[in-house]
Amino acid sequence: MKEFIVDDKTGKKYSRRSFVSFGVFFLAGGAAYAGWKWLVHQPLDGGIRGGIQQPLRDVLTEDEKIFSGVFDPNKLVKEYPRSEALRQVRVNGSEGLDESLFDAAAWQMDVVRTNGQHLSIGLDEIKQLPKTEIVFNFKCIEGWSQVTWWGGVRFADFAKHYGLTPETRSKYVGLVTPDEEYYVGVDMPSMMHPQTLLCYEVNGKPLPMNQGYPLRLIIPVKYGVKHLKRIGTMSFADEKPADYWAERGYDYYTGH
Amino acid sequence: MPKKIVYKHLLATRWMHWINFPVLAIMIWSGLLIYWANDVYQVKIFGVTLVRFFPEWFYKLTHIPYRLSEGMAFHFAFMWLFFVNGLLYVLYTAISGEWRYLLPKKGTLRESWQVLLHDLGIRKTAPPQSKYNAAQRLAYTSIIIMGFGSIITGLAIYKPVQFQWMTTLCGGYGPARAEHFILTVGYVLFFLVHVFQVIRTGWNNFRAMIAGFEIIDQPAKEDTHP
Repeated sequence: MKEFIVDDKTGKKYSRRSFVSFGVFFLAGGAAYAGWKWLVHQPLDGGIRGGIQQPLRDVLTEDEKIFSGVFDPNKLVKEYPRSEALRQVRVNGSEGLDESLFDAAAWQMDVVRTNGQHLSIGLDEIKQLPKTEIVFNFKCIEGWSQVTWWGGVRFADFAKHYGLTPETRSKYVGLVTPDEEYYVGVDMPSMMHPQTLLCYEVNGKPLPMNQGYPLRLIIPVKYGVKHLKRIGTMSFADEKPADYWAERGYDYYTGH
Repeated sequence: MPKKIVYKHLLATRWMHWINFPVLAIMIWSGLLIYWANDVYQVKIFGVTLVRFFPEWFYKLTHIPYRLSEGMAFHFAFMWLFFVNGLLYVLYTAISGEWRYLLPKKGTLRESWQVLLHDLGIRKTAPPQSKYNAAQRLAYTSIIIMGFGSIITGLAIYKPVQFQWMTTLCGGYGPARAEHFILTVGYVLFFLVHVFQVIRTGWNNFRAMIAGFEIIDQPAKEDTHP
């Protein structure tokens, strides 16, 4: 620690220097405050839906580049024994699940191929494919998580079976509920992850209506918001498909 | 009157200290916006709730509710500033040699106790010190370790698959979230004590964190002759 004695005149010089430092301190503080005011008053990116300040969205997009860059498809989500799965699975969110508008008997998933052709696939057909089950800690963006047990067909197996290999070279998959009220976009590496399921069972039984009967997405490498209930339409794109919660200010990637 | 000039804090240290203040404040505020969406933590003793994080009046007062998306956006933007500023501080402190004044050494724990007793008015004398006293060494080292803790527990809940080893290290996803929260409570407690101590210590000490040095009146020396 440097210390020394100075005479009165030099002491005044130090006083002046100290004064200048405080000037810089308050200027920098003022600049930081102005920067903050600027940031919080930037237009929101979601239009009438609200959303978040555009500069923050830009940072989230950069975060996405970084973390999708380190995404390792071989890293698996931790699995649990079935005995640890919750009996009562929490129901969170009912967007896109209006039962009065839904004809369960007539349901078929509409798959829009990149060449414009459509595939209509029923539940029985999907159940013919090899079944995969997973018990994992389902994580909600709100902060809660629960260990739950799901069953269905791996998206990767599904895509292979229906000859969707050209489609899996797209960057994104878009999923929409039959009533088009809820929709998500998912990057292809996460979609092709070996634990991502087109899911038709919870706790070994068919999905109840409020869990998205007859078919939903279970994608353990994402927060719950991406686990769309009741898939109506599946499509493929290189541009980000519309995403319900991203339009409302949430991160688009929401990947783990 | 002659003055004694005592250099205390290096320029970079001062900048990083003052940058950290608003950045950490924004991290805590945006963290609260996130925490509100699942505000389950409380301190219970024998089934009686002592503290609930947080009571309704607190949320109302601070305009916390229904701002989860905003909280996440700010948190995942300003985390970079918090991380880079903290990393630079650690590197600079290591390279500049300032760590010598900061890290605990032999006897720090015992002396910290003496400092505490002195500051509480129970003990008359404080143990001798250099730039920082023993209690400061402990506190300022702890806060850096806590910073590391926040980054690890934060990554453990932000990317629990890609950084699974961190989640495991924290004891799981749920525990990592709780630890992240407890560390934040720690910052708030640190802040309260820190500000109180700065006010108590007085102007010259505070000036050193802005100008870098203290200016101490040096009474004319009358008995310097042997």
